Amino acid sequence: MSTRLVTFTLDERVYGVDVDAVQEVLRGQPRTRIPLAPTSVAGLINLRGQVLSAVDLREQLGLAAYSTDQEPMLVVIRVSGEPVALLVDSIGSVVDVEADQFEPPPDTLVGVARDLILGAYKLEDQLLLALDVDRAVAA
Amino acid sequence: MDEMDEIVQEFLVESHENLDQLDRDLVALEREPGSRDLLASIFRTIHTIKGTSGFLAFGRLEAVTHVGENLLARLRDGKMSMTAATTDTLLAMVDVVRELLTSIEATGGEGDVDVEAVVARVTALLEGRTADPMPGAAPALAPAPTSAPAPDAPLDARLEAGTAVAPAPHDAQDVEATEPARRNVADASIRVDVDLLDTLMRLVGELVLTRNQIVRHAGAQSADQELAGAAQRLNLIASELQEGVMKTRMQPIDHLWSKLPRVVRDLGSALDKSVELVMEGRETELDRSLLESVKDPLTHLVRNAVDHGLESAADRLVAGKPAQGVLTLRAYHEGGQVVVEVCDDGSGIDPARVSAKAVERGLRTPAQLEAMSHADVLQLIFTPGFSTAAAVTNVSGRGVGMDVVKTNIEAMGGTIEVESVLGRGTTCRLRIPLTLAIVPALTVECAGDRYAIPQVSLLELVALDADRAASEVEDVNGASVYRLRGALLPLVRLADVLGVESVRSDGHVLIAVLQAEGKRFGLVIDRVLSTEEIVVKPLTSRIKELGTYSGATILGDGRVALILDVQALARRVLSAEALERATGHATTVETTAATDHLRMLVVGIAGGRRVAIPLSSVTRLESIAASAVEQVGSREVVQYRGAILPLLRLDRHLGAFGEKQHDELTVVVYSAGDRSVAIVVEEIIDIVDEDAQVRSDIDDHGLLGSALVRDRIVELLDVRAAILAADPGFYDHAPLEAATELTEAL
Repeated sequence: MSTRLVTFTLDERVYGVDVDAVQEVLRGQPRTRIPLAPTSVAGLINLRGQVLSAVDLREQLGLAAYSTDQEPMLVVIRVSGEPVALLVDSIGSVVDVEADQFEPPPDTLVGVARDLILGAYKLEDQLLLALDVDRAVAA
Repeated sequence: MDEMDEIVQEFLVESHENLDQLDRDLVALEREPGSRDLLASIFRTIHTIKGTSGFLAFGRLEAVTHVGENLLARLRDGKMSMTAATTDTLLAMVDVVRELLTSIEATGGEGDVDVEAVVARVTALLEGRTADPMPGAAPALAPAPTSAPAPDAPLDARLEAGTAVAPAPHDAQDVEATEPARRNVADASIRVDVDLLDTLMRLVGELVLTRNQIVRHAGAQSADQELAGAAQRLNLIASELQEGVMKTRMQPIDHLWSKLPRVVRDLGSALDKSVELVMEGRETELDRSLLESVKDPLTHLVRNAVDHGLESAADRLVAGKPAQGVLTLRAYHEGGQVVVEVCDDGSGIDPARVSAKAVERGLRTPAQLEAMSHADVLQLIFTPGFSTAAAVTNVSGRGVGMDVVKTNIEAMGGTIEVESVLGRGTTCRLRIPLTLAIVPALTVECAGDRYAIPQVSLLELVALDADRAASEVEDVNGASVYRLRGALLPLVRLADVLGVESVRSDGHVLIAVLQAEGKRFGLVIDRVLSTEEIVVKPLTSRIKELGTYSGATILGDGRVALILDVQALARRVLSAEALERATGHATTVETTAATDHLRMLVVGIAGGRRVAIPLSSVTRLESIAASAVEQVGSREVVQYRGAILPLLRLDRHLGAFGEKQHDELTVVVYSAGDRSVAIVVEEIIDIVDEDAQVRSDIDDHGLLGSALVRDRIVELLDVRAAILAADPGFYDHAPLEAATELTEAL
């Protein structure tokens, strides 16, 4: 069973989401901040007349926050029909992975990230972390 | 009757469309006689008309379509085959159906259209006789033109056939005279999918945004005359287009109102009141989706007016009014909004009764009420848990009250207010935006971000330069106020509300004077940008939950701006401030807005536990001497204002056992109807606005759950269970209202 994932990096690590969920990739979109909103909501963007909320995955996964000179990219994914934008460091490529490469997260992985990471695909040179899109957006 | 007319109208429009399809199908059928699909389609059409005509009691129409359906069924099932004669007969049948429909449309009845001849022909065909067209029916066989058939031909046919009584001449004329106008029902309207209209609306929304963008650019480059001209035209066309598309979604309010005469009549006879219903402005149009949402609140207001507003005939005569009460519904457009009024000429609302009730329910203190104007007091009827109805009828007063109406109206961006003159009547006025999708708004800046404030809530703008601001923004015990034409206007800094840093440092103060919850307040912002029409985009529930923004919009430069939810803002800010300050200051009473939060009385019981009781269930707080407690059987009671009050010791009820013996008992008295119980507590701690965010359903016997109030865990009392423990028969006699309200409050 092979699965096709779109990969992206967050803080030097490689993550992947199902290619079918991905709608498009954007760059340099101005974001409108939302005072009082949880920190994981990184503002609103205008996607051709539609207002989407952007989710800061670094915040969600408990990684280091973006420095001011970093300009994150946006991956627009569809979660139960609704588009949502994910903030990522950079976009990777489309990768085919096999089910036998997969392993659930190690028991030592704790905290918020454990709920959001489905597991890891063992690629030749690195680990590709599969993200639970629904939870990453909802959390 | 109106409802019936509506059904008949729909039936006619639908049938005319079907008949046109039928004509095409029949002609096509002649070319390919064996087509089962065509036959099935024709069968369905006739079947539909038959079904509806039976339902609407059009007997002759039903008779014709019934035999036609039988013939078609045979053809469809291949038991008979199409011949020229069958086609002729079917066409003749369709013509008679059309004639009947025309008559129904013109006169409301089937008239005296003859159906015998065609029924006989169809029956003959069915029985297998050679279908020689009856000579008299021949003229009707000519394929009828698909547009309005000349009524003369069928009439002639009938006369020749000699089967029909000659119609009274004036009848025929009536049919002819009214026909061209009436046919418009079917011909001048088309059916459009609502989704398509929504798509158009969305596209127009986008166009309006783009227009805003271009107009702004053209304005900035004023040198280019041509561009400015084109932008100007674009502006006009886009506005007109927007208006046009909005119109397609408009429906007259009569769609709602047509149901009300029946409601009023039934209610009137149930309550033995004679009511005249007057409707003004029934052609006033509003957006389809709004029409839907305004239906329930409006019906509620009308029922309320008949039930509580209007007096009985006897009382009216005593008051020197005509026995028949008048309920007036009025709708009109005003300032880009639709105003709907429900007025009765009944007894009016007594501010004194409202005040008394507000105190009784613990919604306001007497001191607060003292400082309120009569108009403000009246608005209290929209507070949750408020109902002045002395008795609960099956009509209104079931706990869902005016507060629900208000919530619904506000949810669609509207406002509600009530005016009343004692003895003269009451007017409820709804202001509803024309459409939900595009609203005029003021864009402002705060801490570098832009926000939109819907014009609906905006009263005026006040700009103060540094000098004036320094002297005119004053302070009432920590709350800043501004003297607006002599009255104190409470000021709220948007930056503080949003928890951001204002970037305005030159001391200037810009105030947007807003109206919400029947209260005025000033929102201090950094900068005013412009007024424009904005297209409201929905927000995800997660952001909506913040209770600060009602939506988002895209501004001229393509950036997203949040739309401030002024109502929610007012509720949050004003009530929070009112709580923090002592309530004794007459000057600060101005800022106490209706609290939509559930107010809770927090009491202490043994073991340091804290229990919250909804304030709406509390009638009074009292101290009684411990020696006054007496025994009745196994129960403790106390004499209180000439009645025997059952006593409930909350400690024991909730399984906490205190050692302390007091000479004085602190009791919370709860009454409904003429029954009361006294709940003994250790101490009264506080009254808080419960913000239900931190709630847990961790509970125990006698509790509904627990909540975090001011950093302490407070147990939520199951009041109903507690009261039943003290007086098992309490709810048997108490009015229903109290019980439902309790369950609702919790």
